Amino acid sequence: MIYKANLRPAWLVLLMLLLCAIALILLKTSDLKPIVTTQTEKEKAAKTDFMKFKNAVENENCFKCHGQSKYSYQNKETNKNVSKRMYSEVIINRELFYSSNHREFKCTDCHSEDYGAFPHNGNLRMEAIATCIDCHGGDEKYAKFQFEQIDTGFMASVHSEKHSEDFTCWMCHDAHTYKINARNTSILKETITYDNLICLNCHADIKNYQLLTDKVNPNILQKHEWLPNQASHFTNVRCIECHAKNEDTLVVAHHVVPKSQAVRKCESCHSQNSILYASLYKYQVSSQIQKEGFVKGLLLGNSTTIGPDQSNTLNIISFIIFGLTIFAIIIHAVLRIKNNHPHES
Amino acid sequence: MTNALFCVILIITGLSIQFSNPSTIVKFNMAVTFHNIAGMLLLLSYLVFFFGNLFTKNGGHYVIPLKNTFDRLKKQLYFYTIGIFKNEQAPFPANEEEKFNPLQQLTYVVLMYILVPFVIISGLGLLYPEITVNSVFGFSGLDLTDFVHIIAGFGISLIMCVHIYFCTIGKNPTSNFKSMINGYHDSH
Repeated sequence: MIYKANLRPAWLVLLMLLLCAIALILLKTSDLKPIVTTQTEKEKAAKTDFMKFKNAVENENCFKCHGQSKYSYQNKETNKNVSKRMYSEVIINRELFYSSNHREFKCTDCHSEDYGAFPHNGNLRMEAIATCIDCHGGDEKYAKFQFEQIDTGFMASVHSEKHSEDFTCWMCHDAHTYKINARNTSILKETITYDNLICLNCHADIKNYQLLTDKVNPNILQKHEWLPNQASHFTNVRCIECHAKNEDTLVVAHHVVPKSQAVRKCESCHSQNSILYASLYKYQVSSQIQKEGFVKGLLLGNSTTIGPDQSNTLNIISFIIFGLTIFAIIIHAVLRIKNNHPHES
Repeated sequence: MTNALFCVILIITGLSIQFSNPSTIVKFNMAVTFHNIAGMLLLLSYLVFFFGNLFTKNGGHYVIPLKNTFDRLKKQLYFYTIGIFKNEQAPFPANEEEKFNPLQQLTYVVLMYILVPFVIISGLGLLYPEITVNSVFGFSGLDLTDFVHIIAGFGISLIMCVHIYFCTIGKNPTSNFKSMINGYHDSH
């Protein structure tokens, strides 16, 4: 006997599939282009009157040549004034130096007094350059910065392991210009940009990258293509949050891990503080709707409350229930086959 | 059928979002978009179902008869757990008056009038968090909505698995799938 059980128009299914296809096309055209902020600290450096600093007068003896792109001297042989371009790696920007952590230093606190003579003795190039721990290690005054812990983390990092002694603190922290950010600023975005530019200085610049390796610098945008809302992550998260082993007491983790160990699971970060995330999510969605409208901003947007629902206990319970259901189905199917009763209405 | 299709899309994309990592089959961005779209389409499809049932005879299939309910359920449960292996006849074979057996009916009522509405309403609450209350008894309203969404979604997924398996208990293992598409049920 055949009877009509229900109306299920197949064309409705086709129409829905067509709508899905249109939505996908709309999504493709609305993709965000990844942006890497390239605003440099140099552009933002405050115009301070640096002569007020403790050793500024004495330091000017060095800065008058090393503070600009050219230097002049009188050739005693020909008695002529000569101007030459300064080698870019030994140019120190005054404004950056006087806004750095070492702004009260004399140049000769770290460099040889012999630099006072010109032309400089060629052997001076061989002088050993101090690293952070040489001055800051074991000093009570700097205990709160935990230099020893930073050094331990750095020594275990992929940077140190792969490049041994070639990779020093200076690779990331030029003592002439480095200023501590994370502890002092209230403008979080600037700190994030400042810190990320330290990484990008090598990882997005083949000239610097190849100082330590012959490999081709990987394209960061491509390597992070899998990352949802890439542009947003790049401007709001420091590279080290995912690429370094975080320690509770350290503001800046230095134990950079191999890329295979980098954080790649969304819930690692997005479940840490669900209350904060809920408020951020509401803000994000409302601003997205304001900017792009309901359909594009919300329906086709990528906002989701991923994370708050990631409870391990709940996951385990659901896996057990699901597993038992599948197990019961399998047993039922096996028994049906065994009893030679494959079908019954 | 349309509801089932959207449910399958929603379960796959929902799992991809819930356990999102770079190796998930459906990419995160795509999963979220498809989940949003399929969710909206499910809402439309559900409204058609809901009002269709309200105004047509089809709604009668979803009214659980109060008389002998427990006995009827017991009979059907006995058939599925024991009788089926003894080649017994199904106690409530599908016909024009009674499309569903008692157990099937109860499951469909729970599914269509409890779980699906819950999942749709909580889904709307997540999609448009401005309408979600900020806090319920000290808990984040959004978290609670999310929790309801996950639990209801999980329930639907379970029913879906059992439902698909039970579809093989037909005239032959594929006949019920055919009737899903063309709307006709082959009895024997």
